[in-house]
Amino acid sequence: MNFVLDVWRQTDGSEAGAFERHEVEDIDPDASMLEMLDVLNERIISEGGSAIAFDSDCREGICGSCSLLIDGYPHGPRQVTSCQVFMRDFPDGSGIKIEPFRSSAFGVIRDLVVDRSPLDRIVQAGGYISETSGPKPEPNSNPIHPEVQEAAMDASICIGCGACVAACPNGSAMLFTGAKVSHLSSLPQGEPERKHRVRSMVRRHDAEGFGGCTNHGECQAACPQEISIKVIGEMNTEYRHAMLEKLRARDGSIEPL
Amino acid sequence: MSLDLDSGVPEGPIDEKWRNWLDAHKLVGPRNRADNKVIVVGTGLAGASAAATMAGMGYTVETFCYQDSARRAHSIAAQGGINATKDYANEGDSIHRLFVDTIKGGDFRSREANVWRLAELSTQIIDQAVAQGVPFNREYGGLLATRSFGGVLVERTFYCRGQTGQQLLLGAYQSLQQQVSDGRATVNARHEMLDLVIVDGRARGIIARDLVTGELTAHAADAVVLATGGYCNVYYLSTNAMGCNVTATWRAHKRGAGFANPCFTQIHPTCIPQSGDYQSKLTLMSESLRNDGRIWVPRDEGESRDPSDIPDEERYYYLEERYPRFGNLVPRDVASRAAKIVCDDGLGVGRTGRGVYLDFRDAIRDKGEETIAGRYGNLFEMYERITGESPWETPMKIYPAPHYSMGGLWVDYGLQTTIPGLFAIGEANFSDHGANRLGASAMMQCLADGYFILPHCVTDYLAGIEDDVDASHEEFGRTRDRCSDGVDELMGIGGSTPATVFHRELGSVMLDRCGISRDADGLRSAIDDVRSIRERFWSDLRVDGEAGDNLNQSLEYTGRVADFLEFAELMCVDALDRDESAGCHLRAEHQSEEGEAVRDDDNYAHTSVWEYTGPDSAPELHTEQLEFEVVEPSTRSYK
Repeated sequence: MNFVLDVWRQTDGSEAGAFERHEVEDIDPDASMLEMLDVLNERIISEGGSAIAFDSDCREGICGSCSLLIDGYPHGPRQVTSCQVFMRDFPDGSGIKIEPFRSSAFGVIRDLVVDRSPLDRIVQAGGYISETSGPKPEPNSNPIHPEVQEAAMDASICIGCGACVAACPNGSAMLFTGAKVSHLSSLPQGEPERKHRVRSMVRRHDAEGFGGCTNHGECQAACPQEISIKVIGEMNTEYRHAMLEKLRARDGSIEPL
Repeated sequence: MSLDLDSGVPEGPIDEKWRNWLDAHKLVGPRNRADNKVIVVGTGLAGASAAATMAGMGYTVETFCYQDSARRAHSIAAQGGINATKDYANEGDSIHRLFVDTIKGGDFRSREANVWRLAELSTQIIDQAVAQGVPFNREYGGLLATRSFGGVLVERTFYCRGQTGQQLLLGAYQSLQQQVSDGRATVNARHEMLDLVIVDGRARGIIARDLVTGELTAHAADAVVLATGGYCNVYYLSTNAMGCNVTATWRAHKRGAGFANPCFTQIHPTCIPQSGDYQSKLTLMSESLRNDGRIWVPRDEGESRDPSDIPDEERYYYLEERYPRFGNLVPRDVASRAAKIVCDDGLGVGRTGRGVYLDFRDAIRDKGEETIAGRYGNLFEMYERITGESPWETPMKIYPAPHYSMGGLWVDYGLQTTIPGLFAIGEANFSDHGANRLGASAMMQCLADGYFILPHCVTDYLAGIEDDVDASHEEFGRTRDRCSDGVDELMGIGGSTPATVFHRELGSVMLDRCGISRDADGLRSAIDDVRSIRERFWSDLRVDGEAGDNLNQSLEYTGRVADFLEFAELMCVDALDRDESAGCHLRAEHQSEEGEAVRDDDNYAHTSVWEYTGPDSAPELHTEQLEFEVVEPSTRSYK
């Protein structure tokens, strides 16, 4: 198969970028989008050029590294990760536009690679159950109904790729944040820190420059893990409850309302 | 030269050794811990769990990973589950049974005391993970669910749908983030370790390359932990992530750490077969599929019918016929070899003839769609996404692929390498799986090492050292200059061929002659070929961009390939030296009439530990004799 690619090239965040056109030929229909870029890069290097930078690692849709905006859609139109986009799904000879995830909170590092460290910082703000390693209670002494566990799992399968942010017209990371809040707050182990967690994570989310949710639903439509927008509603409910009281923070201080 | 291979296994009956060790080891007082700094390289299950635990104890921990976030390490791709001897299913499971299964699964090439400790700690891992909010599957009454895995006759595997690795890793990652927020741990993402710094014979820090700025930075510490995973990307195509590499362990080896059993690599039986040359990696389908899927090939060579049109009597269910007791659940090495044999016989299916069917027709009929969807729904989706075929309608096609490396840096009972102050955990060390790893044991080992073993071993070590070294020590400058020269050398070759081309060539040599089956002639020729590829690499390589460029991915990758090209030779040398078959290491000269591995316990009941002696001299072999006091080595039989 043959394709005409318009690929975003940018040396670093301080310089303006631009599209660069590449024509690729003889691509196997079963090759993935990233494998097509590998083939192109191999050619670019042999011809003395500079390879196109893009993130990828596991290439089986679970690590969340890959992050291409394909024809304007985060990870392309099929609700999978970029590494799971296969060339057989594009018409032969078609033009494809490849860009980095676009969001003001995600700076471009080079070409198609962006900085998603704000998502780590949201987790640092409270996306965990505080504990240290050592003997723990016998888990079967605290049965959890499978429906509760399934709902927690539906949220905890988030791969942190940032497609929700790139898809959102407001650049909001509320699907990402809501998924973690929903996962931990639905389990009995997450109960004690529930209120502090949601307040702290939302505060960090806003401080990182992510926008708010105005119910476009684009995040859910782009999420390769099919995480439901209902986690945002759950987070908002949690947040309203949490905002009604003074809380003791993890460091022992009392947070003002 | 010599390597100190004293395993340091404590005295006492096997079930009291770890307790005895814990009771006797030295402690560091709570107020002194923050002054002790530990570097952890790699943030997968082993690295993240170790870093979070040590920071939680009060040590200052600095972690490094090449990915853009600690959450992306390849542990995340582990699908099937994690073993623990809870015996919730009331099958008479016990520490002793998990121990025996693991020792036997490893074909009697692992250290008994380590394996016992692993089995002993397995239950605590489940408790720990549940407390972190890891959503393990549950039965209707709310109790934890378990299932069975290859090589065992009990259901002791805990799982989170088909994403157990992801959930366990996120648990460890979140614990690490908690420590970051508390100021006791830092994460240096997009950093790659290039070398180990040794001062007065002790590991004292690392030189890392900031992948975004290209800067080489020196980091000093009181102890260094390598949790950098395995080296199956030496085969080019494997189930490992694109970035998985041998660089950290190989460079530590060149600084004096003994490398143990490098030839023990596992070829996993259930992967999606290769479809073309463009392919960058192979995708694993969880071994748990073998619980309900039946593996077969057509009885006749040249069969062209659609698989669903082939009647039962013309299907060769080769595992069920050859191994009636374990059937489709034989250990991985046995299943992989059997697949290779039927494909060598011309019975393989699919575009390349290197594939066998994994069929769910009978399971769907007997257990219902709902049950099968609950167990494997996401795996079926994944298969369909990649291949365009639905396992609900037609059997999956699978073929073995390189997956896991049992070999790694030699460590003693305290997980310390032959370099004092340098520890290795998880897949990066050699310890617990012998010549073959059983399913659902990798995550168990990573987390046992990280949460429960290594933190105490590091404490014991730190309590014994008094002097302090910082990054202004001249050895840091010297090592950094050496790394910088190495980078310049790669950039300056001035050839025209990208590193991928050499890597692909290396992979095909290794898969062909140091893969599922090996023999002396093949290994000798492989060594010659690896050398010749290496020579061409160093004369005709082209790396694009500049060393100081922000984010030069070609340079990162090329450095890893350069190390694989050196390491591959050691793998072949080790495979050639081990003139027996054991587990995954099948020497064609040593097999039974039915193609099973034949060990030579008189001559090879040892761990082979290699010492680096320089770029132009042969590596030197040392051995650690394996003593079996609890189980008597026997011929493995899964019939």
